[in-house]
Amino acid sequence: MFAVFKKELRSYFTNPLGYVFCAVYLAVSGFILGITTLYSGTVDVSGFFQVMIFASGILVPIITMKSFAEERRSKTEQLLMTAPISVTSLVIAKFAASYVLFAGTVLVGCVYFLPLTMFGTMNGAVTLGCIISMLLVGMCFTAAGIFVSTLTDNTVTAAVGTIALLGVMVAASLFNGIINFYPIRQALSWISVYGRYINFTYGIFDFSAVLYYVSLTVVFLFLAVRVHDRRRWA
Amino acid sequence: MIQIENLVKLYGEKTALEGISFKVGEGEIVGFLGPNGAGKSTTMNILTGYLSATAGTVKVGGIDVFEFPDEAKKKIGFLPEQPPLYNDMKVSEYLNFVYEIKKCKLNRKKHLAEIMQVTKIHDVSDRIIGNLSKGYRQRVGIAQALVGNPPVIIFDEPTVGLDPKQIIEIRNLIRNLGKNHTVILSSHILSEIQSVCNRVVIINEGRIIADEMTSNITKVANDSREYIVKICAPQREAASALRSLNGIVFVEATGERDADSYTFRIRSEAGVDIRKPLFYLLAEKGWPLVGLEAAGMNLEDVFVRIMDADAKASSKSKKA
Repeated sequence: MFAVFKKELRSYFTNPLGYVFCAVYLAVSGFILGITTLYSGTVDVSGFFQVMIFASGILVPIITMKSFAEERRSKTEQLLMTAPISVTSLVIAKFAASYVLFAGTVLVGCVYFLPLTMFGTMNGAVTLGCIISMLLVGMCFTAAGIFVSTLTDNTVTAAVGTIALLGVMVAASLFNGIINFYPIRQALSWISVYGRYINFTYGIFDFSAVLYYVSLTVVFLFLAVRVHDRRRWA
Repeated sequence: MIQIENLVKLYGEKTALEGISFKVGEGEIVGFLGPNGAGKSTTMNILTGYLSATAGTVKVGGIDVFEFPDEAKKKIGFLPEQPPLYNDMKVSEYLNFVYEIKKCKLNRKKHLAEIMQVTKIHDVSDRIIGNLSKGYRQRVGIAQALVGNPPVIIFDEPTVGLDPKQIIEIRNLIRNLGKNHTVILSSHILSEIQSVCNRVVIINEGRIIADEMTSNITKVANDSREYIVKICAPQREAASALRSLNGIVFVEATGERDADSYTFRIRSEAGVDIRKPLFYLLAEKGWPLVGLEAAGMNLEDVFVRIMDADAKASSKSKKA
């Protein structure tokens, strides 16, 4: 399992893909941070993270699209499947590699907050809460991307599919405001990744949200294992 | 070493394997022969644990592939139809990766160096796989199958797309591997099987239609009743003279012609050696014989013949 993890993480940096993700993420987050804090005259970064969750919906597919789709296309899947490793550990290893890249980039991106401290005191609880929630949301997104990648052998299809899926997950709460019917509102807010995030922006550590993100991640990884396993029986 | 019993595989409605059974003993090199779509790759993929079966059992070294996949997989080295290579890795990195995922417990450096020697890729060990030629890529694929020194090695069409020199090299390599491994090799190039394997399993439409020692099959092949003759004579007269021979069932001008000689394909009745009467006939007519060769001396024809016989038998049984 560790071997696959190592290989995956390495492949992000022998291909342009990892660099592209890092560069685009850091560029976009720098731009958004500038607008949401410096231009708005505040050192509160919760607004920045709210926008970055939307941006992640487009950026995460860059790192997850290849994970299984590319193995299938280039037939290297046969090597992995005939080696004595289980599908579960394969999925976990690939997920872990993608997530490490994502989390690493997010944490590096936090260096941007340093200049803000020159303009005022940042609220430690809010900032930390936002970073944690960003990492949790990213975890769900990565798992979702890995799942979509098991469905196809075309990386572009995987990327577009992931963007669509993440779009629905993120946008669900936006419809909340326009729909008045309570059960639907309730259902939308339940599937909404974004809605759970709000408490963190107040600096409250919402344990139920943590549980929600973790279980959603597990669900997606479980689906990925099932899809991958099922193909053997098709 | 390998026991396959009543293996059935359905792809949805389509039947890929109709219940095949065979055994491979230790140290055998078995050729797996069949046209495209016969079920060769499916069988190999099931054997290696890549696909599951609809019914039946597969045991490798006494271990059930479906019940204890991890144990069984450690006993098998597999080269799929398309070698499973990561184009962005160096050869040495790739073999190290394979070594790790196969959870080998040998002396890594020594073992990998040995494999690279055997497959003659030590001089490209620092090159990126994506930049290698087809022949080298194939050999890296074979090296990958050898990692961990598995007792059973399975090659799915190992020489497809290589040039003749490379084909000979790879065949020699496989023959050498057969000295201390059990090898299964699939191919539709029949001369390959003839030169490498000691046993042939012929498969068609998901069923085994022959399981013979290669020497037996070659014997059948040599019992040819078809010849290509080249005669210096007027074409029409020569054809009618050939038809008049006792025991001839079929004469056909192939249309080939050089200078003043014509070529014919002739077939005799079973049990008749047509060569002597042919000689006397031509001598009597005063037509020089400039070429005589047996047609269908190779496994291709045997293969086609067995398949035709099988098709006839199955259509008969369907009618009945």
